[in-house]
Amino acid sequence: MTTNTLRTKRRKSALRTAAFMSPWLIGFAVFFAYPLISTLYFSFTKYDGFGAPVFNGFDNWKYVFENYPNFWPAMRNTLWLVVVMVFCRVVFGLGIGLLITKIKTGTGIFRTLFYLPYLAPPVAATLGFVFLLNPGTGPVNAILGDLGLPTPDWFTDPAFSKPALTILAVWGIGDLMVIFMAALLDVPKEQYEAAELDGASAWQRFRFVTLPNISPIVMFAVVTGVIQAMQYYTQPLVAGKVASGIIGNSGQQVEPGFPDKSTLTLPQLVYNLGFQRFDYGSAAVAALVLFVLAMAFTALLMRRRGGLLQAGD
Amino acid sequence: MSTTTLERPLNTDAPTPAHRTARRKAALHWIGVHSLGIAAALFFLLPFVFLFLTSLMSDAQALTSDLVPRTWEWGNYVKVFETPGFLTWWKNSLLYAGLGTVLTVLSSIPVAYALAKFRFRGRNLSLLLVISMMMLPQQVIIIPMYLFWSKQLDLTGTLWPLIIPLAFGDAFSIFLLRQFLLTIPNEYLDAAKVDGCGEFRTLIRIVLPMAKPGIAAIALFQFFALWNDYFGPQIYASDNPAAWTLSYGLESFKGAHQTNWNLTMAATVLVMAPVILVFFFAQKAFVEGVTLTGVKG
Repeated sequence: MTTNTLRTKRRKSALRTAAFMSPWLIGFAVFFAYPLISTLYFSFTKYDGFGAPVFNGFDNWKYVFENYPNFWPAMRNTLWLVVVMVFCRVVFGLGIGLLITKIKTGTGIFRTLFYLPYLAPPVAATLGFVFLLNPGTGPVNAILGDLGLPTPDWFTDPAFSKPALTILAVWGIGDLMVIFMAALLDVPKEQYEAAELDGASAWQRFRFVTLPNISPIVMFAVVTGVIQAMQYYTQPLVAGKVASGIIGNSGQQVEPGFPDKSTLTLPQLVYNLGFQRFDYGSAAVAALVLFVLAMAFTALLMRRRGGLLQAGD
Repeated sequence: MSTTTLERPLNTDAPTPAHRTARRKAALHWIGVHSLGIAAALFFLLPFVFLFLTSLMSDAQALTSDLVPRTWEWGNYVKVFETPGFLTWWKNSLLYAGLGTVLTVLSSIPVAYALAKFRFRGRNLSLLLVISMMMLPQQVIIIPMYLFWSKQLDLTGTLWPLIIPLAFGDAFSIFLLRQFLLTIPNEYLDAAKVDGCGEFRTLIRIVLPMAKPGIAAIALFQFFALWNDYFGPQIYASDNPAAWTLSYGLESFKGAHQTNWNLTMAATVLVMAPVILVFFFAQKAFVEGVTLTGVKG
């Protein structure tokens, strides 16, 4: 083969690759690279959507970190969700995954029932839970009251609004159940048999056989859970709005995070600053904080699971 | 029967005391596991049951803590459909989720194929960027995007700013489908090429038929994600109720029917129903897709 035909061939294959990749190449430039750079630029300007953006140095950054009253409450709430909600979801998801591998009768029905809430559209599920946990007449407090148990005010009490959201998140555990179920079924049977011969108790078998085998999946569940918790938007926003009784139509100023900023999360700050206060510069700062956190955990996830980048041929 | 025992002295089915305890233990274990299973099933199922029962109560009863309707008001569902806007939102959701899914699948297939089966410089970098896009919270880039759609193209107040970008690939769908395509052995592709198929024909004739489960999974995931999307319609369509989707309109439904929990719950059931119906018809593809996202890395 002459160098000339080789060169033509190579050029042809480069063209072919570009053709197949072209939808994404355009998407990447227009819907990722450009807006990211633009957001960085806006974060150093004063801009309300009218006129032109005016450079103002680090003013927006200072404002968001030092004077914006919603920033630190949102950071604290996000941290709470990262610690408590992710922990509850992983432990409960693992428990349900274990349970489903032990169920021998009606497995299919149980699995479908356990999975179903994961599919409930978030707005509908949140609205449903605000009703179920409605302090006065909701069925949950009605039952708790009949049993003589305490009846918290759930979504209207700052101390219970995040636990109520956690119950909602734990209800939708189906994704984790499926992932854990697959991992648990992959644990080699011989290891359990060997452990049983050695007289290991059920707990010891779990601790020394199951856990070491599934620990990469647990890690995966934790890191993706953290990423999801940082993006947590629809449920806390809808819960806060519906529980407060103020459903803002367009343009109506609603203080976010009802009750008492307890359901305020990081992504809501971008909406609050940009689309309620029309301070695009400060909204860009909040967006970049979210970006840095999301990418840091994504990097952690990819370092842990190099498999995502395995060779493709 | 004692003679049988003599003939077969090693009969392990004989109910020795040790066996009886083992069998009793197994039975107790079965009962324990399935009781826990039923308890968990109640936790997952009861919220749906309570929502559904409340949706059938009269206006007055829905304000009490009763659990079961005294009269079954099926007319509540008619009232929801008669609410101004509800049918429009339904139509908008179908358009957004339906057209959006078709565009996602069409634009993501060639990209996923290239990332899975072509060798080219920058492939790993591209994959890394796809994963970064997949993990990017929508809120991060929303300000320039909103300004782009409102100031340059004047398309706010419609769902097009949400639909058009899907014609340029969706990172999650690309990633998921690429993972699936990796499982197709290269021998099939090589054989097609020996037979004189170009890359495009190989993709259409050989790869797509084998990739049906993967394509079904990304289509389902995308349909559900778009059906459930709240943030997108909130940003681009909130000014124009005629462009609202069900997920976005549902919240305002509660606003308009402050005290009518029964009607709000009927609307909630109507938003959940299509998703759950689709799931029952496509359960296998769905569960397969969830497994693909994480375990098979």
